[in-house]
Amino acid sequence: MKLTGAQILIKMIKAQGVDTIFGYPGGATIDIHDEIVRHNDLRHILVRHEQGAVHAADAYSRAHKTTGVALVTSGPGATNTVTGIASAHADSIPMVVFCGQVPTGLIGNDAFQEVDIVGITRPCTKHNYLVKDPEKLAATIQEAFYIARSGRPGPVLVDLPKDIIQAEIDFQMPEEPKLRSYKPNYTPNKKQIAKVVEMIKDARRPVIFAGGGVILSRASEEITRLATMARIPVTTSLMGLGAFPGTDPLWLGMLGMHGTFRANMSIGHCDLIIAVGVRFDDRVTGNIAKFAPHAAIIQIDIDPTSIHKNIPVQCPIVGDCKTTLEHILFLMEKQDPKDLAVDRQPWLDQIDQWKQTTPLKYDQKADIIKPQFVVEKLWEITKGEAIITTEVGQNQMWAAQYYHFDRPNHFITSGGLGVMGFGLPAAIGAKAACPDKLVVDVAGDGSIQMNIQELMTAVENCLDVKIVILNNRYLGMVRQWQEFFYNKAYACTNMESAPDFVKLADAYGATGFRCTEPACVEDTLRKGLATPGTVIMDFVVEREESVYPMVPAGGALTEMLLV
Amino acid sequence: METSRYLLSILVDNEPGVLSRIAGLFSGRGFNIDSLSVATTDEPDVSRITMATTCDAQIIEQIKKQLHKLINVITVNDLTEKKYVERQLALVKVHAKPEKRAEILRIVDIFRCRVVDVGHSHYTIEISGDSGKHQAFLSLLKPMGIIEIASTGAIALAREMGK
Repeated sequence: MKLTGAQILIKMIKAQGVDTIFGYPGGATIDIHDEIVRHNDLRHILVRHEQGAVHAADAYSRAHKTTGVALVTSGPGATNTVTGIASAHADSIPMVVFCGQVPTGLIGNDAFQEVDIVGITRPCTKHNYLVKDPEKLAATIQEAFYIARSGRPGPVLVDLPKDIIQAEIDFQMPEEPKLRSYKPNYTPNKKQIAKVVEMIKDARRPVIFAGGGVILSRASEEITRLATMARIPVTTSLMGLGAFPGTDPLWLGMLGMHGTFRANMSIGHCDLIIAVGVRFDDRVTGNIAKFAPHAAIIQIDIDPTSIHKNIPVQCPIVGDCKTTLEHILFLMEKQDPKDLAVDRQPWLDQIDQWKQTTPLKYDQKADIIKPQFVVEKLWEITKGEAIITTEVGQNQMWAAQYYHFDRPNHFITSGGLGVMGFGLPAAIGAKAACPDKLVVDVAGDGSIQMNIQELMTAVENCLDVKIVILNNRYLGMVRQWQEFFYNKAYACTNMESAPDFVKLADAYGATGFRCTEPACVEDTLRKGLATPGTVIMDFVVEREESVYPMVPAGGALTEMLLV
Repeated sequence: METSRYLLSILVDNEPGVLSRIAGLFSGRGFNIDSLSVATTDEPDVSRITMATTCDAQIIEQIKKQLHKLINVITVNDLTEKKYVERQLALVKVHAKPEKRAEILRIVDIFRCRVVDVGHSHYTIEISGDSGKHQAFLSLLKPMGIIEIASTGAIALAREMGK
């Protein structure tokens, strides 16, 4: 059967179970876009900027638990994807980005809209390809998807010269990829599993520390079983939120720079950390020399480079989080239950005391809205069931602290790279993946403006996302650092010159509400969430509110600034 | 931590861009490359990269793991953990005034080198050996006046059966 390169591309994307892609056409992709509109079984969502396409594909991947796909043109189309690719790389999100490219004969000639995107994205993709032979197109696409979603997942870029896309070739569905140089190891070492069980039995003050790897390997059920069985309290990284129910008594709250008092204190005083799918990022460890000074560490990760990278560990295990936890649980279930949860009560009492004395708190007065109050009300009204995307900064931290995530894949944030402008396109991607879910972007007034053009994408495609702007007219997180560490010199962070977000919503065909009174917060949220279509809720909040607790950069986790 | 020299033998897919991935990994993560040597092997689609680096034990562990993580890297072999033979090739152009020629030839003889080019007032000498031999040879030749040197990176194979 003879097919064009464009037809092969679409056939291969659909074969991966992907029903929606995010893209923006250009000279180098006309053939592909032309082919897409001839069929109605692959939905193409036309974004308004290529960065939006990649963030949307990222969120689609996380909400749909499959591989996100973005399709952009050569040159500037390709370079506009770099931020989104780097973000997905930092967060290990499976994604394939297809870029148009000038015809093979012109590559290297500085042709119009030519850029070496394979060279540019080499350090921020899991792998990337330039297809130079049409015969290899189908196999390359299949390999790209295989690499993106296997092992430690990540973004893969495929650069497609126009003549490859236009070529007509005999098509055969390629066989499953077999790469001699890439064989991820999913199964843990048995001896190490036995060691883990012994370490858990010996521990008096254990803590489970779960990360994004738990979400990616769909191991939250196993984490919950392990915690419950041995009565081990659980904390997570930002990326791990939802891996363990945020309303469970064993929940410690998030760990790290803006983690809860009890989570950070627990790490400071525990004698065992069971770290699952985490990479000990600096925002989580604080000062490495003072991190968990009394603890032995078990680290489970599918990526060997994550182990021993920042923190020395006593029991490293390379394996898939879910598979490894299943092995551990299997062995644990054979133990005497009394051995598993011995003498944990004093530890749990201590943690409870930390929780009682120093909880997350804010003081909601009658005259001005506290941003935390908006997020907490949002949680109450949505019963914790919404998919929350965030921008980056204070809005992200308050969403993490006050929306008590009970299930995985419901918190979608740019964790590793910290991309402002992520939340709105991510909300669009999540909504495209889960049309029946309520999707809310918790945004700041600064970051929402970074990809505000995607409002049009949401409205045009009836992807009804709800945007909650915590509007303090500052770049709040940087302002907070300036307040604490730069003598309140608010250099370049004042954003009083801002658009009227209600009018802006109107201009895009969305609906806008503004709320300035604490008494109206609940009404505005209810009204906004109930209004069909895309909605902006602009909450004018306390200008100089800060995120607490805060571990100053380079400080020990237990040395927090508190309210 | 104490640093030492490590010699890695890396088999990779013989594809465009692979060397760039490896070099990029080193520069992007602040690792150092002391020397590098690349050529295809008896299998045309496989190349061997021999790389020397100086770092501490924790960094070399990261380097090996990060290299292994690259999709095009087939195996990473740390030769410093085992017995191996190492060779490095250099061409050394040296001033050879008539009164110094005999002495230079004696040094060449002692080090089992070869003179591969002769001019009216210079020799070009080929030397092959490990880096210690090179250093010793060059220190003896230095007083004669070295004009220029071209040297390969180290290449090495483990002293064992099998790949």
